[in-house]
Amino acid sequence: MPCPRSSILAIAALFGAFAMPLAGAPRVEDTIAQRVQACTGCHGQEGRAASDGYHPRIAGKPAGYLLHQLRNFRDGRRHYPLMTGLLDPLSDDYLREIAGHFAALDLPYPPPQPATAPATELARGEALVRRGEATRGLPACARCHGEALTGVLPAIPGLLGLPRDYLNAQLGAWQRGARRAPAPDCMADIARRLGDADIAAVAQWLAAQPVPPGGRPARSIELPLPADCSGVGEAVR
Amino acid sequence: MSRRIVGALAGLLAAALAAAALLVGLEWHGEPPLPADARAPAADAAQIARGAYLARAGHCAGCHTARGGAAYAGGRGLATPFGTVYASNLTPDEATGLGRWSAAEFRRALRHGRSRDGRLLYPAFPYANYTLVADADADAILAYLRSLPPVAQPNRGHALRFPYGTQAALAVWRALNFRAARFELDPARPADWNRGAYLVQGLGHCSACHAARDALGASDEGLGGGLIPVQNWYAPALDDPREAGVADWPLEDIVALLRTGRAPQATTLGPMAEVVLGSTRHLSEADLRAIAVYLKSLPPAAPRAVAATARSTPRGVALYEKHCAACHGEQGEGAAGAYPALAGHRAVMLEPAANLVRVVLEGGFAPATEGHPRPYGMPPFATELDDRDVAAVLDHVRSSWGNAGSAVSPLDVLRWRGSR
Repeated sequence: MPCPRSSILAIAALFGAFAMPLAGAPRVEDTIAQRVQACTGCHGQEGRAASDGYHPRIAGKPAGYLLHQLRNFRDGRRHYPLMTGLLDPLSDDYLREIAGHFAALDLPYPPPQPATAPATELARGEALVRRGEATRGLPACARCHGEALTGVLPAIPGLLGLPRDYLNAQLGAWQRGARRAPAPDCMADIARRLGDADIAAVAQWLAAQPVPPGGRPARSIELPLPADCSGVGEAVR
Repeated sequence: MSRRIVGALAGLLAAALAAAALLVGLEWHGEPPLPADARAPAADAAQIARGAYLARAGHCAGCHTARGGAAYAGGRGLATPFGTVYASNLTPDEATGLGRWSAAEFRRALRHGRSRDGRLLYPAFPYANYTLVADADADAILAYLRSLPPVAQPNRGHALRFPYGTQAALAVWRALNFRAARFELDPARPADWNRGAYLVQGLGHCSACHAARDALGASDEGLGGGLIPVQNWYAPALDDPREAGVADWPLEDIVALLRTGRAPQATTLGPMAEVVLGSTRHLSEADLRAIAVYLKSLPPAAPRAVAATARSTPRGVALYEKHCAACHGEQGEGAAGAYPALAGHRAVMLEPAANLVRVVLEGGFAPATEGHPRPYGMPPFATELDDRDVAAVLDHVRSSWGNAGSAVSPLDVLRWRGSR
């Protein structure tokens, strides 16, 4: 029978049985959301991105993409000691459940970051994202990440709603080999063809775009993709 | 005058030669010559399966498999105060692995810490423990390793500072610290105790972490606890009821801790979580019970005086309220099955407080095992709390709700966080 807490407190106080305040007892739910509070400390409440501009949003990203990244951190293809340390003791099954949990969250996006680059640089960024540059073997970002740039199920991530610093850092890490995927590693191939100015322009433009309403990943994409990508290839083709 | 100098030099030279001869003598003392047969004998499936089990009991892959690398192909670096030692390739590749090793050579590596070509091995390979491994077990492990797919991956040279990287330094170290031995059954003890002693002292090499190390990196004999150098995790004493002693635990709880990573009294984290995942969760019920029987029998350590110098401050209280109380409770009572109680928990009062600092900075999950597949996690606070904050919140935890631990200074936090 439900009993108002105030009356319990009153009764407890009446009898002097107040050694352990009821308000202090932790309320723990037997849920996956409760279990992954280790993640939301940095990635923001419910994984909707932290305010520091570096830790990316994970809520609503395709589950396959999230699972691949969790494995990449655990198995040494991405490097961030806090992530590696947290994931080290976890099983593939548990990582799959965690990925599925964050993928299923449907939360509103904050407004985009205002761009700080001149219009010419933004135009250059938009051109690379939408059209690529065939002469340098650069496919358009939109060709794989979806026309709306919100990603494609089950394993291609969206590019919008991410902080500029994060985008810069990731493209730079691919370029230098500090971020990897199992071979064939399409993003590493593409990032190595990008110059530093290209990366800055792409990050500037992407970070300044609003996420379209819903912001959900597309269900399918035109095949074949212009590059060979591990994980993504098997899942999409 | 010059004659006296020449005489003194000649005396020094003679002493050095005598010392070298003594070292060489000590080095080969008690080592029988290897038999002529150069090939490992043919193995059957049962022996290979037993070897696979024993390799897990010895947690060989813990060092000999690199993160994300091929199983047993080596390459993982073990950081030590003397530099980094890289584990070798144990797959049966002819050129880079154990392909050409005979059973006798493999036994000698375990018993005498000597490589196939006679070179002395670094004691990061815990041959002070493996010297106790029975010949039949060594043969089974080799049979298993030889059944793996060969991986051509050359061994990486160790990165040790002078003079630690020299064979001469190793010979001196071994003369001081290492004697080959065999495991002696204690006829006064039951079979399960002896089996537990064999696993704990030998293959399990528990003392590699759970014993103190001296300035030259030698472990003492016992299981009295020690700070793992460079890694900066404190492996608590297994013979001390104030640390990780289990003399008063029900046997089932010790088995549960080793099998699932969690018991009602404790949760494994850090290096011990790695051991549970890579080794103990795979062990048989009988072997886990044997280990528990042996650990329960360890003579209790004499009490160590720890000054209860930690004091709660308003800053520590405020940080605890903000970051910790929602899970660990206002009174450090924790939440059963999810978040450990901090009130009265011996891990909270360990000396040194290295593990506590690491957990606050890095967060963590208990290992996800068959018996505990969906652990609750603790977030890392490294990006949110500075050294003073961590010291203040730990002083609060170590001095509240009946806890009485030593004070943690910001310098301590800096020291323990400066790893990895």
